[in-house]
Amino acid sequence: MTRPLIAVLDYGIGNLRSAQKSLERMGADARLTADTGLIADSAGVVLPGVGAFGPCMAALCDTGLDEPARAAAADGRPFLGICIGLQLLYEGSEEAPGVAGLGILPGTVRLLPGNVKRPQMQWNRLEVLTPSPLLDGLDDAWVYFVHSYAAPMDDSVVATCDYGGPVAAVVADGNVAATQFHPEKSARPGLRLLENFVNQARVAAVGA
Amino acid sequence: MSTPATVPSNARIIPCLDVDAGRVVKGVNFVDLTDAGDPVELASRYDQQGADEVVFLDITASSDQRDTTLELVHRTAEEVFIPFTIGGGIRTVDDARRLLRAGADKVSVNTAAVNRPELVAEIADEFGSQCAVASLDARRTNGGSFPFEIFTHGGRTPTGIDAIEFAIKVTELGAGEILLTSMDRDGTRDGFDIELTRAVVEVTNVPVIASGGVGTLDHLVEGVIEGKADAVLAASIFHFGEHTVAEAKEHMAAAGIPIRPADA
Repeated sequence: MTRPLIAVLDYGIGNLRSAQKSLERMGADARLTADTGLIADSAGVVLPGVGAFGPCMAALCDTGLDEPARAAAADGRPFLGICIGLQLLYEGSEEAPGVAGLGILPGTVRLLPGNVKRPQMQWNRLEVLTPSPLLDGLDDAWVYFVHSYAAPMDDSVVATCDYGGPVAAVVADGNVAATQFHPEKSARPGLRLLENFVNQARVAAVGA
Repeated sequence: MSTPATVPSNARIIPCLDVDAGRVVKGVNFVDLTDAGDPVELASRYDQQGADEVVFLDITASSDQRDTTLELVHRTAEEVFIPFTIGGGIRTVDDARRLLRAGADKVSVNTAAVNRPELVAEIADEFGSQCAVASLDARRTNGGSFPFEIFTHGGRTPTGIDAIEFAIKVTELGAGEILLTSMDRDGTRDGFDIELTRAVVEVTNVPVIASGGVGTLDHLVEGVIEGKADAVLAASIFHFGEHTVAEAKEHMAAAGIPIRPADA
């Protein structure tokens, strides 16, 4: 089987290496990269991330990866955001008022309600609302979350977890999908999701 | 004081490995490991058993062996697919950056944060609160002007700092989690210091990991139900093969604690 080239966008923040290594484990030729040529040649793009909205958006812009990220999301190739990489897809976040996100998805990321510990730092169970190839095998799976802010509960939410009420766990719109949890840190179910993504990239690469 | 959260977390079980110059220090008794001293192989085993996270405590004294720690983090990121924290010897933002870039999910700071609490803020500002763990070693004062005192250097050095006040301070500085060790109980197998754990949980709104004293599976239950801890850390009961993480999870679930099943 071919190993599709997956560009894991390296914008210089904390631990991005785990995402790359787990994609490799699941059959990808995964590169942690800021090389726009490599990103353009890739079969799939991953926007990983840990940290706060403001500094991460600034780091993404400083490394010149904001436009390549938008371009990859727009051109139809499989695109996966992870954790803060999900939140950056939106227009903005309550965490960083006035800082524009990528605006690939509409709406604003909001602080979790006050009746829960923030961050949600725990394993939690997924409820899949809209089955898809990416979420194959993931219904009722336990995955690892660490976040204080969450995406709006709109039509793009395809899976939730329960944390004082339903919280957006996976969002999807066409070729663009993103997880609030960390698949690279979610043991078998997380690796399964990444394998599903690598398979999508492999199919897309053949079709291109 | 922060508003108490009303929705309980799903509990986490966290095996802790002491590492010196890249090798596991305390004896570990898994018969079928190729290399029982390899922290990566052990962490991978705990991942397979259903551990929710792993903590490495790096006690490497010599700074010229620091590269072995980095190598350990590198290899762990390739083999272990649950979150892992590394603590020990982190004094600067650059120390934290190297470990996070190598693949660690969180760094815990202890003595350095007592000497210079701003380090917590610097790490949280640069990399996010989610990776900034404040590791607090506390002892009872037994009649002092406050109930629990912070100690450093592996519990040997008193600081005169009120542990409860310090817990509030580090969370205000941006710590995303507190690893709370009772130095009175550490190594005793008498169970967690429940009063200490509760006292810290009640003044902070970030997750608290209870540590120090686990000798039985009931102790894990007590840490969560009575201590109100979000996570429980243990070493010897797992390392010496007395219990698997899976058994611990079944025991906690049977006591009514919400927790990820080991086979999930």
